Amino acid sequence: MTIHQLSIFIENRSGTLIKVLDALKEANIQIIASTIADTADYGIYRLICSEPMRACDELKRAGVAVALSEVFVIAIDNEPGRAADAVKAFSQADIDITYMYSFLNENRGLLIFRTNDNERAQQIITANNMQIISEEALQSLV
Amino acid sequence: MDNTETLRQPHSSLTGGAGGGSSYFNPSFETMSREQIEALQLERLQKTVRHCMNNEFYRKKFAEAGITPDDIKTLADVRKLPFTTKQDLRDTYPFGMACVPLRDCVRLHSSSGTTGNPTVILHTQKDLDEWANQVARNLWMVGLRPDDVFQNSSGYGMFTGGLGFQYGAEKLGMLTVPAAAGNSLRQIKFIKDFGTTAIHAVPSYVTRLYEVMKEEGVDPRRDTKLKVLCIGAEPHSEEQRRRIEEMMGVKAYNSFGMSEMCGPGVGFECPEQNGMHFWEDYYIVEIVDPETLEPVPDGEIGELVLTTLCREAMPLLRYRTRDLTRVLGRSCPCGRNHIRLDRMRGRSDDMMVLRGVNIFPIQIEKILMQFPELASNYLITLTTDEENDNMTVEVELAQPTDDFKQLLDLEHEIRRRLKDEILLTPIVKLVAKGSLPVSEGKAVRVVDKRKVYQ
Repeated sequence: MTIHQLSIFIENRSGTLIKVLDALKEANIQIIASTIADTADYGIYRLICSEPMRACDELKRAGVAVALSEVFVIAIDNEPGRAADAVKAFSQADIDITYMYSFLNENRGLLIFRTNDNERAQQIITANNMQIISEEALQSLV
Repeated sequence: MDNTETLRQPHSSLTGGAGGGSSYFNPSFETMSREQIEALQLERLQKTVRHCMNNEFYRKKFAEAGITPDDIKTLADVRKLPFTTKQDLRDTYPFGMACVPLRDCVRLHSSSGTTGNPTVILHTQKDLDEWANQVARNLWMVGLRPDDVFQNSSGYGMFTGGLGFQYGAEKLGMLTVPAAAGNSLRQIKFIKDFGTTAIHAVPSYVTRLYEVMKEEGVDPRRDTKLKVLCIGAEPHSEEQRRRIEEMMGVKAYNSFGMSEMCGPGVGFECPEQNGMHFWEDYYIVEIVDPETLEPVPDGEIGELVLTTLCREAMPLLRYRTRDLTRVLGRSCPCGRNHIRLDRMRGRSDDMMVLRGVNIFPIQIEKILMQFPELASNYLITLTTDEENDNMTVEVELAQPTDDFKQLLDLEHEIRRRLKDEILLTPIVKLVAKGSLPVSEGKAVRVVDKRKVYQ
């Protein structure tokens, strides 16, 4: 069970990030979590937000290069070592985590990540009794 | 062939009286008055046009234009002749514009032909001799004499800067070192060990040599016998030339050549360094508006059009060089009344010259369009960084992606395939769709920010 994430191609020059954020503001979309990965010339801005489908349409209308992608979100206990345990489970199953970011919500940590094999990642999540977060549950945060 | 007969007398350094204490390699030709130059040009033009009648391509062109050799009665009648273009050379590839039997030819130079058929230029033995004479005349003009040691650090092979300068320097009588381009440490060793007094190279390579000299603790002023640099085959500004002179501590002279005419030798600066003398005993020089093809007044920039007057194997009539320049004058304190042209200011077509390599935007476009990941909008920007010309290719992504590795791989692959095509590695920048400027009408594909064109 994956959730929708927006991936936005942004060039490293001033004004590009503002263009994205302004478009989201106009559309009354709220950001739940986000991260930017960068190279010298461009970056990918990844974000989880309210109403991802509508957000995607609004961004496209504003001329932003955006793609929808699917990522997992799992909740882990708010204590040291839990992220290591979770990642180890995937690593032992030879599943690559392409990227990951996280945030703390009330008393739990939320890990957002993408894998190279969603089907097997789902099996590992189930087998290890990890607490997976649905899109609905995530939307209820805003 | 009676064209050749007359042409055979003039230029030999033996009959021309080269050498001795003279400032001129071919005194009688170099110091002609304008009247003498123009009388000689008319005589040679008439012979050249008659000679062109040996060739099917020209016979057809003349017929289409409704002219015969008898219509050339004054020098201004050159304007009755049809233009020739690089496309004509491609269309008649390989031997369709030869005006002598192949058995009379001794040399062939060819372009790489990256944008279609290559072009071929044929030479008879006399063509080669005349070419060498032009180069020798130039080298003599900037003060080189048989005692000098000439190191030709230019590419050899099909690139005419190699053999052109080799034969010219030898004709002058210098000890000539065919060092070719590259291997800077060996170049510097030669310069020191052989007592090199003159170097020919593209300007960016002179800068490179200087950098290596600095690294090696060699001071060109203290540790070498250099006195002259010949630089050309690459557009460069007056400022770049001054910087090169400052670095190396010697005068650097601008050289103009093109393989269609022969190679280097067509035009060269005299010690005044105020424009290049184009040798009007060898060429008729016209500057025309590239749109209307009408002549432009002296001082105004237009396209350089050249007619060969001494070529046997492949005379070219009113050849459109696509280089933009202007007339600076027809007299000079050096005593030569051969026309002086400004350094080249750009091109009337979209060809780019980068580090001595000719590149057309269409070559870049062809490669970019092979990638389904890319949209069709792209922009090529040329810049000068230190002394080196750089090319940046910005291209729009068709689809955004969440996969970083895919973007990096894509960039890498674009760079690799572009390098295979244009022989230079450009900087590739992926940009978001819709982020490049969209112009109305004809898309602007190339922005040239190099100092030379400013």
